[in-house]
Amino acid sequence: MTTATLPAARLRGGTGSRRPGRGRIRFVRGLARWLFVVPAVVFVAVFFGYPLVKNVTMSLQHYTTTTFYTGEAPWVGFANYASIFASSLFSTTIINTGLFTIGSIVLQFIIGLLLALFFKRHFPLSGFLRSLLLLPWLLPIIASSAVWKWILDQDSGALNQFLGLFGVPPTPWLVSPSLALVAVIGVNIWLGIPFNTTILYSGLQAVPEELYEAASLDGATGWRAFWYITWPSIRSVVSVVVVLGVVYTLKVLDLILGLTGGGPANSTQTLATWTYQKSFVLFDFGQGAAVSNVLIAVSLVFAVVYLYLNRREVDE
Amino acid sequence: MKKSRIAAVLAGVATVALAITGCSAGGSGGSGGGGKALTIEDYYTKTYDPNYQICAKEVGVKVTINHVAGAGLIAKVLQQASSKTLPDVLMLDNPDVQQIAATGALSPLSNYGLDAGGDVKAVTAAGTYKGKLYGLAPVINSIALYYNTDLLQAAGVQPPKTWDELQAAAQKLTDPSKGQYGFAMSNINTYEGAWQFLPFFWTNGGDEKDIDSAGAAQALQFVVDLQNDGSMSKSSVSWAQADVNNQFIAGKAAMMINGPWQLPALNAAKNLKFDSVPIPVRDASQKITSPLGGEAFTVPVTGDKDKMALAGKFVGCLNKTSTQTKIAGTTGNVPSDSATADAWAKDHPQVASFVTVVKTARARTGELGADWPKAATKIYTAVQLALTGKAQPAAALKQAQAGD
Repeated sequence: MTTATLPAARLRGGTGSRRPGRGRIRFVRGLARWLFVVPAVVFVAVFFGYPLVKNVTMSLQHYTTTTFYTGEAPWVGFANYASIFASSLFSTTIINTGLFTIGSIVLQFIIGLLLALFFKRHFPLSGFLRSLLLLPWLLPIIASSAVWKWILDQDSGALNQFLGLFGVPPTPWLVSPSLALVAVIGVNIWLGIPFNTTILYSGLQAVPEELYEAASLDGATGWRAFWYITWPSIRSVVSVVVVLGVVYTLKVLDLILGLTGGGPANSTQTLATWTYQKSFVLFDFGQGAAVSNVLIAVSLVFAVVYLYLNRREVDE
Repeated sequence: MKKSRIAAVLAGVATVALAITGCSAGGSGGSGGGGKALTIEDYYTKTYDPNYQICAKEVGVKVTINHVAGAGLIAKVLQQASSKTLPDVLMLDNPDVQQIAATGALSPLSNYGLDAGGDVKAVTAAGTYKGKLYGLAPVINSIALYYNTDLLQAAGVQPPKTWDELQAAAQKLTDPSKGQYGFAMSNINTYEGAWQFLPFFWTNGGDEKDIDSAGAAQALQFVVDLQNDGSMSKSSVSWAQADVNNQFIAGKAAMMINGPWQLPALNAAKNLKFDSVPIPVRDASQKITSPLGGEAFTVPVTGDKDKMALAGKFVGCLNKTSTQTKIAGTTGNVPSDSATADAWAKDHPQVASFVTVVKTARARTGELGADWPKAATKIYTAVQLALTGKAQPAAALKQAQAGD
């Protein structure tokens, strides 16, 4: 900072007529900096800020089909929130959302990591197999859920026919309230494995081979090599994969709607499907907005956790 | 430098000029020939268009028909209501008419001198909001019990008329070795599932104002018994009416509850001989009360008084008894006018049972009006709670009635 004052002092003493020129250049430079930022700010404000604010105001209003025609939405304060918190479905949806997210992420991650470790070794056709693994991720989710609905049918589905070969009685995958959530989590795991495998594989590629060679000299191979070398090296990639996965899984809607529509007797009703039900089936947009704000708050908690974890790693 | 600047300016002027002419051309297009043009919006397919052309000729207008996917019609209507671009003639499924009329977007049909005429009473009940008629349905339908004549003959079973007969017949017709169930219906967690349960619910005294009643519990117990006997697949909680129809055509269900719109698919199925009877009642002294199906035509408030008057004439033409028979011919439904329907049944024996039941059909929005969707949600929630075994029928109804 002291170096900056020297030229100014020199100028004040010397050619005084140059000072207004320097001020203008500084202003133009500052303006240029802002002009680079403005498009991004406008985009975020219009496409993220406005819907967020509108959603919050909608949750405080009685917003129904009439509002679309008359434009009037009477202010009701926290009545929408009160009715959804008091609803019997609130605890059900929170628990289902939690189970769905945790179950999906844990298994997606473990299976994805195992597959990534498996593909670290280059064997014939490994590249081809790895690209085949991407298929579940590339299919439109509504198409996958329609096909899975047929596969999981109790009487004529392919899965039960296959299990029947081993003597397993026809399992009510999508029609039993206890099994429906398990089935939906299973399909979501199938959908999420490609994403986890691909990102973890690229993270594993970044670990230098010399570390493994050095470790094997000291006798650390297999599980110990993984725990002491691989895991610490991919920690940052793991945090990205887990947080992205959690935030994405929290809002999964089309998969559940396609498979069970909220499940036999609300057994697969999550916060996302409940919002859809409230807003687009019952047309009570105020309550739907209230439920979606609860979902946003939950996602926000995970985002804050991610930022905290990232900050710690920078310090390390 | 100068040349490229001039080129840039010319290009900019040319673009602006093209844009302006493009905008103005769009505005004037669309009104060819003589007479006004009306926009119609519905969720049918192109097969319905000839019916509109009949009335377009009669009223002397050109029609622009906009077919929207079924599930997205209401969302589109709401979008159009907020941007004030509603069509001139709007088709709505009859239970939605009161909900949309409550928003103020529809105009009363009495403004155009229209009334229900000789239509079945339920048509007026469905289309009336706060004493004014907003929608008229030219053709209607309901649900009945279809049965596979070959399978029933082979088992020596007569088409059932009471619940006991239905239970016994379904048990006799269930053959696990062939994967054949005696009975199939849709108990899905959407309004379709509620719609299919209504005949049992209403006929036995259930009421949508408070679904927690002894009659309703008895009806629900009957459906649960059909499932627990093994006569109805446990998958019925995930089947829509289309899935039930597929099961019936594939021979996996000997009897099913469905509507006349399935007739084209049923008639196209090879080696399928079927017939239908009204849905059985619990006690021979009861009269079947089936729900009223069918779509109504409405005249939204667009602000253009002349076009609205023409639209009113158009809706009136669609509901004339002569047009009703033409529409019934293309869609497989039943004319709304009672006398016309009776004559229709004589020539079309496949819809005879539907003609019988629509006479005493009940409109879903007859009592609750715009609040029907909440009651429908409660009904299908209760049915699912009972069928999945989460609650006994009486407790399921209580829980659903009290619940959100």
